[in-house]
Amino acid sequence: MLLEVKDLRVTLHTARGQAEALRGISFSLDRGETAGLIGESGCGKSLTALALMGLLPEGARIAGSIRFDGQELVELPEDAWCRLRGARIGMVFQEPMSALNPLHSIGRQIAEPLRLHRGLTAREARAEVLRLLDRVRLPDGARRLNAFPHQLSGGQRQRVVIAIALACGPSLLVADEPTTALDVTLQREILDLIAGLVERERMALLLISHDLGVVAQRVARMLVMYGGTLVESGPSTEVFSRLSHPYTRGLYAARPVLGMPRGTRLATIPGRVPELVDLPEGCPFGERCTFVIDACRRAPPPACAVGPGHEARCIRLDTVARVPL
Amino acid sequence: MPETRFLDRALRHPSFVCGGVLVVLLVAAAALSLAWSPHPPAEIDVQQRFAPPSASHWLGTDSLGRDIASQLLVGAQNSIVAGVIAVSIGAALGVALGCLASARRGWVEEVAMRASDFTFAFPALLSAIMLTAIYGPGLLTSIVAIGIFNIPVFARITRASANAVWAREYVLAARAAGKGAWRITFDHVLPNVASVLIVQSTIQFAIAILAEAALSYLGLGTQPPQPSWGRMLNEAQMQMFQAPQLAIYPGVAIALAVLGLNLMGDGLRDLLDPKLARKR
Repeated sequence: MLLEVKDLRVTLHTARGQAEALRGISFSLDRGETAGLIGESGCGKSLTALALMGLLPEGARIAGSIRFDGQELVELPEDAWCRLRGARIGMVFQEPMSALNPLHSIGRQIAEPLRLHRGLTAREARAEVLRLLDRVRLPDGARRLNAFPHQLSGGQRQRVVIAIALACGPSLLVADEPTTALDVTLQREILDLIAGLVERERMALLLISHDLGVVAQRVARMLVMYGGTLVESGPSTEVFSRLSHPYTRGLYAARPVLGMPRGTRLATIPGRVPELVDLPEGCPFGERCTFVIDACRRAPPPACAVGPGHEARCIRLDTVARVPL
Repeated sequence: MPETRFLDRALRHPSFVCGGVLVVLLVAAAALSLAWSPHPPAEIDVQQRFAPPSASHWLGTDSLGRDIASQLLVGAQNSIVAGVIAVSIGAALGVALGCLASARRGWVEEVAMRASDFTFAFPALLSAIMLTAIYGPGLLTSIVAIGIFNIPVFARITRASANAVWAREYVLAARAAGKGAWRITFDHVLPNVASVLIVQSTIQFAIAILAEAALSYLGLGTQPPQPSWGRMLNEAQMQMFQAPQLAIYPGVAIALAVLGLNLMGDGLRDLLDPKLARKR
């Protein structure tokens, strides 16, 4: 197994006290496997990504285990992290404009990980950068080497960010909402690009998104996150054929569908995302769930098997399944 | 090209131009005096005491018959040396301390910042007097004392600006690419705080000139026969009612130098801030 996350817990220090932001996340990813992490803002998606990169904010406490290629990453010293990040784990950021330094040319920014981790000379790095620009399909790479981020369009910038993440041939790629800042037509192109590169180089991909539709077609496994826990996980086809957790069903019902009659109101999930500082004692989704019973509020629900490799954290799966979507 | 546009904008910025002209004059005076001055500045000519301005003595002479114009020109050297060294000491150590505090955070930041608070608590003149009490008066001692006073100023401003840069997403991205704290400091933090530091340097330069003059006035800085604006003021004080012009010349020189540097700093702040630049 390339990546094995077991019972990952992260506690954040906030103005309102300790917040348990991740409460026992477990999943695993093998080489060439793709997984999508889905959830609303504030559910802990990005924090999971940061934990995988060893970039948790100041004062965060981490417990549990992250094994990457046989190496334990929790409590790894900073210099070991520096050798790992960018070399064996790459990350694509949400907002390409702010992920690039406005003061450096893109050629220099892509060359940096190459020179840092592979010790290439300026000339070797330049040749490699051109090859990378070609791979992320940024046309006219040689002419753009000296361009600054502000001279590129949003899609081009995101290609540069992807090129940086791929520079050293990582075995795991973490993409944190890579298309949120792009317009819809570009979303598809960038996601196809990422999917294609991941497949060709047999990387593992963790694609983070709040958009069920974006993730569904491109990843083999789905991880649905709510309130710092994985509420449902399983192979994408399996999950979509049997949406089990009330939250996943709510997300599915809330997606806009092309060809909806004009004036149709999108379905919503009542209530709002609870603050991590005061999550309820029982099921994190309890406050917003239409199926809630007293037992839900007493203890966090255990993971229940739904199908092959498919689990959901809900104690009322049978009742939920009887209600048509 | 951004360079030419910067120059274009700079030449149209009134306070930068005024300040720049004054600073260029200051530097030119000091440079000229290295090669030539109307008279040797320390040449005493008792027959010519309190001479009015004339072709030979442009601004007249002082109580010992020394040429005032020459003293002012040579005195500019002292002011520049004081400013350069004091700002260099303050910037080198202060920026290093600020960057360290910002890169390491936690207890390192606390210690560095409390140490700079501690230094800050002593007024520059007081620490200069302390140092001269230990090492004896002299230009070098007073400049070092002013430099030490500059360290916390630079440390604070560097830390504050660097912390803002550290919170940027491209720093997170750089860390995700495997860069260590040192490389991030050099590649991302310093270039982004440079403009703030340049502006602060011009202001500290002006303060250093003022402080050097004050220390020399108190007899703790430049020692005779080396001319200095501060000491000229001190000596002029004795003849305040006989020859008030003796106090006016060095006073005006100090005021113009400080005014020029401050105007230039103000102008640079406007010119180097992209947000303000776009508005103009």
